[in-house]
Formats: sequence, C-alpha cells, structure tokens
Amino acid sequence: MDYFLTEEQQMIVDIASQVTDERIIPQRAELDENHTFPREILNEMAQADLFGIPIPEAYGGFGGGCMDIVLAVEQIGRGDVAVGTAFAANFLGSFPIMLSGSEEQKNKYLPEVASGRKFAAFGLTEANAGSDASGIQTTAVLDGDEWVINGTKQWITNGGEADIYSVVAITDRARGPRGASIFILEKGDPGFTFGPKEKKMGIRASSTTELIFKDCRIPKDRIVGRAGTGFITVMKTLDISRPGIASLAVGLAQGALDEAVPYAKQRRQFGKPIIAFQAVQHLLADMAIGIESSRALVYATARHIDAHPKNVSRVSAMCKTCATDMAMKVTTDAVQVMGGYGYMCDYPVEKMMRDAKILQIYEGSNQIQRNVIGQELNREYS
Amino acid sequence: MKIIVCIKQVPDVTEVHLDPETNTMTREGVSAIMNPYDQHALEEAVRLREKLGGGEVTALTMGPPQAEGMLRDAVALGADRVVLVSDRAFAGSDTWATSYTLEHAINALGGADLILCGKQAIDGDTAQVGPGMAARLGIPFVTCVQKVREVDESRLVVERMMDDGYDVLAVKLPALLTVVKNINEPRVPSLKGKMKAKKVEIERLNAETIAAKADCIGLPGSPTQVAKVFAPEARGKRIELQGTLEEQLAQLAVKLVELARGQEVR
Ligand SMILES: Cc1cc2nc3c(=O)[nH]c(=O)nc-3n(C[C@H](O)[C@H](O)[C@H](O)COP(=O)(O)OP(=O)(O)OC[C@H]3O[C@@H](n4cnc5c(N)ncnc54)[C@H](O)[C@@H]3O)c2cc1C
Ligand SMILES: Cc1cc2nc3c(=O)[nH]c(=O)nc-3n(C[C@H](O)[C@H](O)[C@H](O)COP(=O)(O)OP(=O)(O)OC[C@H]3O[C@@H](n4cnc5c(N)ncnc54)[C@H](O)[C@@H]3O)c2cc1C
Repeated sequence: MDYFLTEEQQMIVDIASQVTDERIIPQRAELDENHTFPREILNEMAQADLFGIPIPEAYGGFGGGCMDIVLAVEQIGRGDVAVGTAFAANFLGSFPIMLSGSEEQKNKYLPEVASGRKFAAFGLTEANAGSDASGIQTTAVLDGDEWVINGTKQWITNGGEADIYSVVAITDRARGPRGASIFILEKGDPGFTFGPKEKKMGIRASSTTELIFKDCRIPKDRIVGRAGTGFITVMKTLDISRPGIASLAVGLAQGALDEAVPYAKQRRQFGKPIIAFQAVQHLLADMAIGIESSRALVYATARHIDAHPKNVSRVSAMCKTCATDMAMKVTTDAVQVMGGYGYMCDYPVEKMMRDAKILQIYEGSNQIQRNVIGQELNREYS
Repeated sequence: MKIIVCIKQVPDVTEVHLDPETNTMTREGVSAIMNPYDQHALEEAVRLREKLGGGEVTALTMGPPQAEGMLRDAVALGADRVVLVSDRAFAGSDTWATSYTLEHAINALGGADLILCGKQAIDGDTAQVGPGMAARLGIPFVTCVQKVREVDESRLVVERMMDDGYDVLAVKLPALLTVVKNINEPRVPSLKGKMKAKKVEIERLNAETIAAKADCIGLPGSPTQVAKVFAPEARGKRIELQGTLEEQLAQLAVKLVELARGQEVR
C-alpha cells in the first residue's frame, strides 16, 4: 500500500532494509544461538546515521520524528527483533534527555548517541516494580555536590553494552509518584556495576542485565529536569517510544509472512502445493490482513504524535497492543503453515515466534495498555 | 591526499542473458549498477580519507548521462566530488580509448595522489583500463590489491593477491591501485550521504574540456574490433564415475592421462 512517504522517509526505509537484508538476516540465527550482542551491526547502523533519526539537528542528528523512527525500526524488526530492541533502546534511553534534559546535558550526550559512538539504555524496572512503578526502591540522596544512588534495576536492555543510562530513582519517598527523579548514569561511574546477562526465551542477541548501584556517587548536575518530575518524563518517554515497539511487531510479522508464503507455494502434499488448500490460504490471508491493518494504525499513530497533540497515551497504547498481539498470532501461524519444518531451528520462524512474545510484555504489558485505554474511555464517557 | 576512484556503470549481470538467436546481450529492462569491484575501490578510498583524517575522494566515470544515478550513489557512499566524462564522441571506446579518455580527465582535474580502480569490470572483464591509465600517466601501479597496510602522504604498503598467497609491495605516490573484493566490505549508504547525494552538483567534462584528440577517442581511437559475440556452445560431455572412492580415483587418473595425451576420453 502507498503510505505517501516523503523522499527522506523512503531513504530511511531503503537504508534500514539494506542493513536488514545484507547484514542482519545472514547473521541472525548465529547471533541468536550464541547470544552475541550485535555490536558490529549496530555500528554499521550508526555509520548509516540511523541512530541520529530522532535527535535534533543542533545535536548532530537528523531531526526526525516518530514516523521516521517507526519506518527504520520496522525494517530492522523484519530482520531481527533482538537487533531492533537493542537499537530502539537507544531512543528510549535518550528521550528523557531530549524531553527534560538541560542544555548542557543535551550538548554532552545527544551527539554521542546520534553518532552511535555511545549506546544508551533506560532503567525503570526493578524486582518489585514491574507494571507497578510505585514499587521502585532505588534511592538517590543528595550529599553535598553529589547524588548517592543505591538499589538494583532489573532486566535492562543494553545493560553492560551501553555507556549512557537514564535511571529512575526515588528522591523523596514521602511524595509518592511525585518523589521520583531521572538521573544520567555513565558506565564506569564509581559504584555502578552490572549483573550477568540474563538467559531468555527470545531476543537472545540483545543484552538484558541488572544495573547495580552501591553508594554510587555522581555529580549533582546529572539529574534530568527538576527533582520529582521523573514519572512525568517516564510517561512521556513511553508514550512516544511505544509506536517503536509496535513497528518492531509489524516488521517481525512481515518477516514471518515473507517466509511462510514462499514455503507454502513450494511445499507439496496430496499432490499439490499446500497453498492450493483454502485452509492454508485463509491462514496466510489473515496474516496479511493483520499486518497491513497494524501497519496502518502504527503509521497513523506516529504521524499523529508528530503533530504534537496534548495527550497521546491512548493511541500509543492502542497501536502497541494491536500490533504486538498481531505479531504473536502471525508468527505462531507462520510456524503452523510450515508445519514441523517451521518448528525446526533450520527455518527462522520458530525464532520469530519466540521473539514475538516479549513485545506483548515490555514497555508496559498489553494488559497495562488496555488498562490505560479502558480508564480513558471511562473518563471520556463520564 | 587527493584520491580519484574510477567507477564504471555495468548492467546487473544477475539480470543479463544472451539471446540464443541473435547472440547479443539482452540489455533491455536490465538495471545498471556500479561495477562491484569499484564499490570496493570507493570504500577503500573513503576509509583512507577517514584514516588520514582528511583529503578528498573524487569519483570519476566515463559514460552516458544515465551514469549520473551511479555518481549520486557514490556520494551517498562517501565520495566528496563526482565527475561525469561524457561525449557522443566517446561512443565505441575500447580499453585503449577508455584509458586515454580517463587519463585526460584525471589530468584535467589536476591529477591525484592516488587513483583507485576495480580489478576488472564485470561486463568488459579485461582488467586493462587501470594499468592502461597508469602507463599513460607514467605512474606505478599495483593490481589485485587485497589490503592497504600502511599509508602516508608519500607512499603505500599494500598486499597484492596472488594465486599462492600474496606479495607485500611498497609503492611511491602518486600511484594507481586496482582492488579485489576481499579488500573490504562496502558500507551501507548513510542518511546524510543520501541527502547530500540528492543535492550534489555533478561536474561534467567532455572531449573538448579534457583536450582529447579526435582520433584517440571513441570508435576511431579504438584499435580493437569486436568481430563476434556469442555464447559458447555447451560442450555437453559428462562422464560419471562409479564405485568406491578409490576405484573412482583410479579411473580418474587413467582418464586424465588419456586427456593429457590428446586421446578421446570415454
Ligand atoms: C527482555 C526484557 C527487556 C526489558 N527491558 C527493559 C528496559 O530496557 N528497561 C526497563 O525499565 N524495563 C525493561 N524490561 C522490563 C519490562 O518492562 C517489564 O517486564 C514489564 O513492564 C512487566 O513487568 P513485570 O515483568 O514485572 O510483570 P508484572 O508487573 O509482575 O506482571 C505480571 C503479569 O500481571 C499482569 N498485570 C500486572 N498488573 C496488572 C494490572 N493492574 N491489571 C492487569 N494485569 C496486570 C501483567 O500484564 C503480566 O501479565 C524488560 C523486560 C524484559 C523481559
Ligand atoms: C575488444 C573490445 C571491444 C570493445 N568495443 C566496444 C565498443 O565498440 N563499444 C562499446 O561501448 N564498448 C566496447 N567495449 C567495451 C569497453 O571498451 C570497455 O567496457 C571499457 O573500455 C572498459 O573496459 P573493461 O570493461 O574491460 O574494464 P576493465 O579494464 O576490466 O576495468 C577495470 C577498472 O577500470 C575502471 N574503468 C573501466 N571503465 C571505466 C569507465 N568507463 N569509467 C571509469 N572507470 C572505468 C574501473 O575502475 C574498472 O573497475 C569493448 C571491449 C573490448 C574488450
């Protein structure tokens, strides 16, 4: 379908799809099997300026919007959601600085992210704070000219690989949600270490670790925005980053369809190619319907966000939920179409099915997204 | 350092076939691409510029106006300047006339410290143009370079791929190198490069501006004539050996001896 992309957006698609076809697809099975962080591929993407897409031109980026991000991420997701997750986490890690950082912080960190010289990460989740961020126990206490951070973040994408971490910590417990703040942590800060790489069901090439802070002292000016504004920035960050997860889902599902259709044309049973069976055709048709409708919703949401309306939580939640549930179904059906061969590691669809699951969980589970949508509906019709 | 990379537009061979009736190449609808070896030459030039922390990479092609698209691609891949040498008078150039024309173009551009070419073009396949230019320019050349080991403003140390290993050669600048594919992995074009490519001004040269003599270019300047182009007939003779590996090897040895003696092998 023609989505009326600008010439520049088409360039983004072309570059990202070239990276996927030439670099990611040939390596993805091996990266997954060995749990290898795809640093070389990410460096290549940085060289092609993909890391700079949302970063303003004044800080060495391309000055693009949400639509530009989803176009790039969709293509990378078509190749490998693990690479796509590692890539998108850079945006997640740098949005707080872009949204609420000081001029000095922007000048110091954004050009490094835009060029890909340094990777970024986002640390919110803890062992007792998943869907419910009010359970955060990590604290930051001002001591003279330094903040002292204590606590442990869990399951942080790009942990150990990134240089710049946007970390949420409690600065004033008495104030509840208004007592959280975001800090910029740098790899190498004294008292900041990493847990081992987690072993995962899918997206195995991405790195997921704990961030451990033991009397970690950082300069006073590493706080992002005013103390107590952390959750507001977190919500704004997730609102604009969720369409990125949705576009990973669209890309992933497209990748699965791209495997399933040629297979169904070539696989013969009962004397005909299995695509001749209407039951198989209908599976494929439903996959295509799901992909195209999710893509249309993701693009529409991204363009809506780029127009800077006041509240984007609901649409952002809708596109994330719709596209990631679709990707889970489409990748499962791709395995079904390919039968036992699809279940074997010789074909990429089993990995796609494993990778799809995370999309329904991270950046706010799909249940939590439905809560957001439901609560807004409740308010709207009151 | 001033580096000129000679790039040629070639038909995408994956789409070309010979028409068995007429024995000519069907070029219709076949897209044109940058000669794959030349992509590696361009990548190496950009890497040298990055390594030296400065300099200028110029991509140069002789070809029809349609070659502009390829020159824009070269900018997206890192070329600073792009030059199209184009003139009806160049039509029908063989390798002799091509190297004459490119040499004159390079001189018109004020020369270069280093000239990079592909090892060969995948259509003409002669591998003559690079060495031909170097001979005309009176500069040293190294063919089939697989690695540039050292570089400074006055000389290079390179590895030349050989059948049984490689040679290590030092070469004084200015010089010309032709490169093989394992010298590097060409990068993916960058977003900023593509934006620049859209706007870049393509510099144009013609027979007059490069001061070419009329009898040295195009068909009149080309001593080689193509007498016939044809697809070699499939020989069709296949022998399948049977038995254990040892038995097959013994049979093979006998057949090779027969072949060597010029006997008919059955
Ligand atoms: C591979 C991976 C990478 C990650 N990367 C990051 C990262 O980079 N940064 C980061 O900060 N976090 C990251 N996370 C954490 C992720 O965002 C959380 O896992 C997610 O928010 C869900 O939290 P939880 O896993 O603790 O689930 P829980 O909150 O314990 O939820 C368990 C189940 O209960 C449901 N549930 C919970 N509350 C409700 C409710 N009120 N109504 C309905 N259902 C509910 C959930 O939907 C879920 O199905 C990552 C996680 C993984 C697995
Ligand atoms: C016998 C013969 C007759 C021919 N007759 C004709 C003819 O009548 N009409 C016709 O159109 N063609 C003709 N050609 C083709 C034409 O001469 C060659 O394509 C051209 O000279 C380049 O030679 P090549 O392709 O073998 O390149 P090679 O020598 O294999 O190329 C080596 C390198 O030289 C550089 N290079 C080569 N050509 C160019 C270029 N044009 N611009 C910039 N860099 C370049 C590139 O870096 C390339 O990698 C003929 C070729 C032969 C062998």
